[in-house]
Amino acid sequence: MTATTPAAVIDIIEPPKPIGQQIVEFCRRNTTVVFGSILLLSMVIIAIFAPFFAPGDPLALAPARRLRPPSETYWFGTDMFGRDVFTRTIYGTRISLIVGISVSFLSTLIGLVIGMLSGYVRMVDAIVMRIMDGLMAIPGILLAIAMMALTKASVENVVIAITIPEIPRVVRLVRGVVLQIREQPYIEAAQSIGTRFHRILIKHILPNIMAPLIVQATYICAAAVLIEAGLSFLGAGTPPNIPSWGNIMAEGRTFFQIAFWIILFPGLFLSVTVLAINLLGDGLRDALDPRLARRM
Amino acid sequence: MVQATQTMTRPDPGSGGAERVLEIENLKTHFFTRDGVVRAVDGVSYHVLKGETLGVVGESGCGKSVSALSVLRLIAKPGRIVQGSIKMSGRNLLDLSDREMRSIRGNDISMIFQEPMTSLNPVLTLGRQIAETIMLHQGLSKKDAWDKSVEMLKLVRIPEAERRVTEYPFQMSGGMRQRVMIAMALSCNPKVLLADEPTTALDVTIQAQILHLMLELKEKLGTAIVLITHDLGVVAETCQRIVVMYAGKKVEEATADELFERPLHPYTVGLMKSVPRLDRAAVEEQARLMEIPGMVPSLKNMPPGCAFAPRCVFATERCRIEEPGFEMKAGGHFAACFNSDKVAETYHG
Amino acid sequence: MAEAASPKKGHLLEVTDLKKHFPIRKGIFSRITGHVFAVDGVSFTIGHGETLGLVGESGCGKSTVGKAILKLLEPTAGEVHLNGKKISDLNQLEMRPHRREMQVIFQDPYSSLNPRMSAGDIVGEPMYNYGLAFGKEKEEKTRQLFAKVGLRAEHMLKYPHEFSGGQRQRLGIARALAVNPSLIIGDEPVSALDVSVQAQVINLMMDLQKEFNLSYLFIAHDLAVVEHISHRVAVMYLGKIVEMTDKRSLFVAPQHPYTEALLSAVPIPSPKMKRKRIILTGDVPSPIRPPPGCRFHTRCPYVMDHCKVAEPPMKEVAPGHFVACHLRQPGQAMYAIAAHATSSARTAGATEH
Repeated sequence: MTATTPAAVIDIIEPPKPIGQQIVEFCRRNTTVVFGSILLLSMVIIAIFAPFFAPGDPLALAPARRLRPPSETYWFGTDMFGRDVFTRTIYGTRISLIVGISVSFLSTLIGLVIGMLSGYVRMVDAIVMRIMDGLMAIPGILLAIAMMALTKASVENVVIAITIPEIPRVVRLVRGVVLQIREQPYIEAAQSIGTRFHRILIKHILPNIMAPLIVQATYICAAAVLIEAGLSFLGAGTPPNIPSWGNIMAEGRTFFQIAFWIILFPGLFLSVTVLAINLLGDGLRDALDPRLARRM
Repeated sequence: MVQATQTMTRPDPGSGGAERVLEIENLKTHFFTRDGVVRAVDGVSYHVLKGETLGVVGESGCGKSVSALSVLRLIAKPGRIVQGSIKMSGRNLLDLSDREMRSIRGNDISMIFQEPMTSLNPVLTLGRQIAETIMLHQGLSKKDAWDKSVEMLKLVRIPEAERRVTEYPFQMSGGMRQRVMIAMALSCNPKVLLADEPTTALDVTIQAQILHLMLELKEKLGTAIVLITHDLGVVAETCQRIVVMYAGKKVEEATADELFERPLHPYTVGLMKSVPRLDRAAVEEQARLMEIPGMVPSLKNMPPGCAFAPRCVFATERCRIEEPGFEMKAGGHFAACFNSDKVAETYHG
Repeated sequence: MAEAASPKKGHLLEVTDLKKHFPIRKGIFSRITGHVFAVDGVSFTIGHGETLGLVGESGCGKSTVGKAILKLLEPTAGEVHLNGKKISDLNQLEMRPHRREMQVIFQDPYSSLNPRMSAGDIVGEPMYNYGLAFGKEKEEKTRQLFAKVGLRAEHMLKYPHEFSGGQRQRLGIARALAVNPSLIIGDEPVSALDVSVQAQVINLMMDLQKEFNLSYLFIAHDLAVVEHISHRVAVMYLGKIVEMTDKRSLFVAPQHPYTEALLSAVPIPSPKMKRKRIILTGDVPSPIRPPPGCRFHTRCPYVMDHCKVAEPPMKEVAPGHFVACHLRQPGQAMYAIAAHATSSARTAGATEH
């Protein structure tokens, strides 16, 4: 008697489609992801090639041309020092994206490590979660202002000040997913086949966290862009010699009634960027959600 | 302590003259998904006689549950009943308005499901849930409906019914919840009770209690039951007539005695032979079970010819090209198979 | 087939008075307010190449027994010996080398496979963990295992969601076999499968047993399946074994009233067969407050006053046939008892109504 019944094997698995076709199908199903990515990608291109799009110097003063409305020469007009708002806005894209991306990267990375340990090791959990609860009790922007007040204004410090209040959110998310996954039978199965502790964390638990984490990272990125603008607007963010959207708007605030364009255009860029990141995040959430992915 | 030490008695098969309370004809329910059309139910006909228990047997995905949900018109998008008729006392349920249909559900036809927890509202007391059904369909006052709920719980032998009506579903065990579902389903004296795997989630001793209760209530109230299950043992002990379904189609239909005595479709034989039998255990040595090789084909792209042919040991070239018709092979015994004679010859109970 | 039915002497697994109590915590300070007595003193042995079936209804603690033996749960008390070596007091690190000896097949073929690992990686992982094979060699061994359980080598690159339930269970079996265990604990391994596929998996498990001289602890609620695959069967009720014997005497002459009721409750696919059916009233009591005395006395048709206070000890009523019931006495002839049981059932039924 043979150990297996060959007849028991019938292949119902359909052959995989070519990669190109798969991408086209993915895009057709997830139009928000595509739309968000295109918007965001154009922002990134603008940031990288800022000198190409805006050949002028964002800091060049020209008192003779102060507060000019938008025209053919000055698309977005000029501010109270005669600086070109278009050039400044384009360069501001750099700061916003640098801050947004570094904050989301740093906070998810730190949050991931703390969250995984906290979710899988009981002892760590009790202490870490109390600290995180404490951090979450303080409004993020207040914490950032307090930290900026204690340090010198620089882009690095802005990133740190925004990252710290975002970490607890990531830790909570990661811990929640870990707690849920460690109860799954396949984790028990991994234990029973002698898988070591670190390997269970990396091979079995980590891949399952990636999807929600990526989605969370986009939300954090959008929030960081907004908070940076807010901090700069309040004068507690990027130093005034660097053109960031928040700085431009803060400076234009007093001239709002006679020169609305100083605030309008960086504000528009800010909104479009945040919208693009959020669209990408929402789209990714739907695309990566296993419950939706398993539809018939 | 013992409720009954007795033999399960099955009433004689319904005679041909009895009234057909529910008649499904050539029902097709398809699901239009992004990846193609799933023909969950593809031309199924069956009927239930007054006071009869009809078993609908098949494995998951054979369309047995979808056919029952179609009767109640509870098919959600992307599913749709594309063809067929469902007749009840001369009316075609598919022609009724949504409003008329609502008055049929729970009143003329009731349904109980496999998982009683998900079919009960967790934040309402049992009494309120039963009373609401009664008030809706029978127009009783709140007080009368409440009294009727207590009475129904007593009917399904829930101890301390007066106290239990004020409790919530989570306070009860699985068996008790299924009793409540039965009480609710029978509260308006339906003509037909659709029971979709009513005992699958329950332990055997509780299953025995529930099946016993259903049959007893059927006798008492004269309700016809359509029992949908994958368990041949359950149908053998409770049903008079049995319909076997495979991949959205009816493959065999006969009285229970006839079906178990002389199955004519190879799939039915496979089902019977692949389950270990408790009554054979002590007699036979550890033998191999008969396997049905392979698995159910995808309902999206069915093979041409007989759907069972790729798994069938009797399959011939003809089976793979031509679809066998559903024909009467003997008195009251129908099957959709070209080789039913050979199947019958080789079958040894 | 005959040799499979009579396993070799010498126990592979010996479980003595195993207990697992789960504390119930309440309040801010997580004060322990009670215990769930999930497993409360279970003893049995499994020989080489033998299958012991462990049956019982949901909540009787049968799955907990399996997990406590595997040390996926820390047992509260009791001893577990594997191949003569006591493993119950080892910590997770010391336990690791012994895990190779006993493997597990889970009930749910969907959640017991990591959805983000390919089938080949899933089956190859245990070999990697124990340094049994790497690279090409591991791939070759995985290929052989796939063939053993009736899967194609091309399937190695697929992910679990691309398999059917039966195929996934085959993957679970292949993973368990990868480290050449001598004992496999099957925790309801076929109950999530369709009947026709169930037969495929049962046959596969029985074939593999013969080929590798495997021992099984087969945990299930389906008596017919357990009866088919097992050599000996233990029946559990509320955390305790109430009856244990070879399958033939269990199904022909059950000695415990619970076993009797359980057997009679299983529907048999044969409408002509008219059986005596015992329908137990009520539900299984909560394992948080198990009844005093015999745990079955609240539902037992033959209950006596004595049963409500004194817990019946496990007695050997016939060679190899153990029962925990006050009605049974050691050494009493089996068939005589069976007759007595049915006659007292009749009287009990009559007096109740």
